[in-house]
Amino acid sequence: MSSLVVKSPGMLTTIQDLGRPGYGPIGVSPAGAADPVALRLANLLVGNQPGAAALEMTLVGGIFVFPNGGAFALTGANMSATLNGDSIDLWTTYIAPSGAELSLGPTKDYARSYLALSGGIEVPLFLGSASTHLLSNTGGYEGRALRKGDVLQLGTMPPKITPKHVSPSALFALKPRKILRVTDGPQADQFSVDARNAFTRQIFRVTEHSDRLGLRLEAPPIPTPSPATMTTEAVSLGAIQITPSGQAILLGVDQQTTGGYPKIANVIGVDLHRVGQLRPRVEIRFERTSFAVARALWIEQERLLNNPSQLFV
Amino acid sequence: MRFCKASDQSLLIYLGDEISLSTHERVLKLLQLFQKEPPSWLCNIQPAYCSLMVTFDPCRVAHAEVEAVVRKLEQRAESLRRPKSRTVDIPVCYDAEFAPDLEDVARAHQLKPADVIRLHASRTYHAYFLGFAPGFAYLGDLADEIATPRLDVPRKKVPAGSVAIAGRQTAVYPFPTPGGWRLIGRTPLTLFRADRKPMELISIGDQVRFHSISPKEFSKLASE
Repeated sequence: MSSLVVKSPGMLTTIQDLGRPGYGPIGVSPAGAADPVALRLANLLVGNQPGAAALEMTLVGGIFVFPNGGAFALTGANMSATLNGDSIDLWTTYIAPSGAELSLGPTKDYARSYLALSGGIEVPLFLGSASTHLLSNTGGYEGRALRKGDVLQLGTMPPKITPKHVSPSALFALKPRKILRVTDGPQADQFSVDARNAFTRQIFRVTEHSDRLGLRLEAPPIPTPSPATMTTEAVSLGAIQITPSGQAILLGVDQQTTGGYPKIANVIGVDLHRVGQLRPRVEIRFERTSFAVARALWIEQERLLNNPSQLFV
Repeated sequence: MRFCKASDQSLLIYLGDEISLSTHERVLKLLQLFQKEPPSWLCNIQPAYCSLMVTFDPCRVAHAEVEAVVRKLEQRAESLRRPKSRTVDIPVCYDAEFAPDLEDVARAHQLKPADVIRLHASRTYHAYFLGFAPGFAYLGDLADEIATPRLDVPRKKVPAGSVAIAGRQTAVYPFPTPGGWRLIGRTPLTLFRADRKPMELISIGDQVRFHSISPKEFSKLASE
């Protein structure tokens, strides 16, 4: 059986797949990769199912050893990866020889890098998913972030792997953005016209207090409706809550499933993976769009992600 | 019934505007119908006090189609009998070592800690929904006499099993998580276990009672 040895975990590295939706009635957050598109592409590059368990590295990547070799691919943020000292590319299949060392450093651009390993990572599933949920210490590798010395068991490698890389046209279509498109949130009409205008006009800075639960954004306070809290209700992924002090919080994949702050807007489906690539200190803006446009974009993006001939060269 | 698009992939269904048992019964019935016959496009469903949110696959349906399905289900819900509820009895040690906020809560209401304990343990609570963390049940309604707002600064880590209050709600923390509710006791029971059926100790719609135990009984139950 193949394995991967963690020589250095990096800043925050967890096992993630596409999460565990469907457990709302028992209070379970879907979790899953913060950038599910990068995770899917990494897996496809090494012949895995798109939702196989892989590593999600945050801001600073780790150092890993392949005792028996294996195929792997890196996607997402550029963390200056080297294999046995030689620089390697993102979005490309590589075959590591036995004993090879894969080393990553601090990010040069975005927040998260994904390392998919041929055969996937084998851990006990929690509610059908390998995703780590740090808040409840469930899923993944013992419910926690990886540490130095951890040894990850890998599944059986597919019999034949064709090395490839993601096409420039697909990368262009899926590339990160700092202007996120939003639809109106459930309480949008409770905010004043000024508040709503301010929301799409002003620039928001991603603060250091941002993680997989959500991004705390810094900007002049958005005037809140009165009263500033409401009966607790379900909150959707990508919702932008305005706290009583006027601060905006963009909910991420490990979000609480319910909340009592009004939501002014919601990031559209095709921009959710882009939220996963926003790092602290980055400045972003929001642009309003319609539900019909959001849906059309989603269908188009899913068509691309399910079409290997357009995705890879 | 009122609909509201929460995102391009989710729809909020409001069954009332005020927290009440009758509104919540409609939430429970609709949830039950969805769980019995989950449509193929359904990704997730999250109930709360007066509402449910349905997350769907936008490649297969749009909001209008989801709305039509919900309207049909809601018609059937009316003839449905009230879902059966279990009664869950939770032993709680209200001893000072497990209750860092008990004194403050008592002081805020000019009560003795013993009064707070008596008021907390003398009611049957309704489990409105689970949220926040796996197995975290929002229980209501807490006696007005001890209703206390959340802490201004949440704790970074609340011990698992902590029994807490916030506003007119009470709950038990299933995992050591951050938390802003006021801690007035602790139960030795495990709130959420993946290898148990059901995994959650308290399910939506359950009736919940708390009873006071000594530190000795706590240790005994905790070691079982």
